Amino acid sequence: MHEVSLVESVLDLIEDSARREGFSKVKKVVLEIGQLANVEPEAMVFCFDVVTRGSLAEGAQLEMFPSPGLAWCTTCHNSVEIASRDMHCPLCGGYALQVTGGTDMRVKAIVVED
Amino acid sequence: MCITCGCGGDGATFDAGSHDHSHDHHSHAPGVSASRIVEIEQDLLSKNNAFAENNRQRLAARGCFALNLVSSPGSGKTTLLVETIKRLQGRLAVSVIEGDQQTSQDAERIRATGAPALQINTGKGCHLDAHMVAHAMERIPVPEGGVLMIENVGNLVCPAAFDLGEACKVVVLSVTEGEDKPIKYPDMFAAASLMILNKCDLLPYLDFDVEAAIAFARRINPGLQVIQLSARSGDGMQEWLDWIEKGVVSAQATRPASGYVRVSGTSARFHR
Repeated sequence: MHEVSLVESVLDLIEDSARREGFSKVKKVVLEIGQLANVEPEAMVFCFDVVTRGSLAEGAQLEMFPSPGLAWCTTCHNSVEIASRDMHCPLCGGYALQVTGGTDMRVKAIVVED
Repeated sequence: MCITCGCGGDGATFDAGSHDHSHDHHSHAPGVSASRIVEIEQDLLSKNNAFAENNRQRLAARGCFALNLVSSPGSGKTTLLVETIKRLQGRLAVSVIEGDQQTSQDAERIRATGAPALQINTGKGCHLDAHMVAHAMERIPVPEGGVLMIENVGNLVCPAAFDLGEACKVVVLSVTEGEDKPIKYPDMFAAASLMILNKCDLLPYLDFDVEAAIAFARRINPGLQVIQLSARSGDGMQEWLDWIEKGVVSAQATRPASGYVRVSGTSARFHR
């Protein structure tokens, strides 16, 4: 359940932002979660509710959108989209893929009230 | 308050004393209520990664080769460490950071070899993070020109995501597990530089398919190095020790100059 730590990081980033921006209530949090980021969205929602209790983000809506998994095929030299790490190249069938995208987890934006 | 980061407690405990300071997160006084969007655009792991980078610099400054050992519980990481330390004695200084949810059994096993070891108990936490390791590095020697072994919590999932500042992640897979572990838990095998197949002395009694295990692992990570060994019988240990020594040489070769020191009003560079 490293989702707990990840949500704690989200709250940290929000609290840092609150100190800079001077808001007191968060209504919505928008995350980008890469398809290869080893994160279970349902677990994130569950942890978010628990971790944000009593914080300025309590009751906020959590919105997550995925970014695609991308890889460079070192066999056929093409950039391809993959849904998991255990996938062969959809073009040539080879497994020699270097992941190039879709591993990031980012807080994109938050909707706040002053 | 922590010297490293000014932090509050993070749930983890260290076996050599308490760490129970705290800080309050404050909210600003509410003003006029109006919704607005605040762009953040920050990686969830950005704080961890900043601590990891700081750890990496501290390690680099001492020319210390740091390894993050990851595996499922029971793969034999601690036995491997104990046998490794015994064989490196008199050749390389080794310090060990042990991560477990509870008990200091592993650190005690390491200390019995004479090597310094610090136990981190993560409590309910399922992995070590760079912040915990930063504090641990204040409390045990970071051996100059030596090795820091970080034995992560036994868990093939969560530790994959957390950079601790190590030079390499080493994933230990024992042959008493399934050979398809690499494709069941791909993130860990993708994050590792080296896979150790441990308990190979048991192969005659098992159906474990070594070639298939290596093929599965390289499907996930084509550049993954593999060493087959048995920490118990000692077979294959030399290849692992050679791999470590190569890492130490490389850590020393890339060690930055220590900095500048003022001598009689002029700046003079000093080296290690």
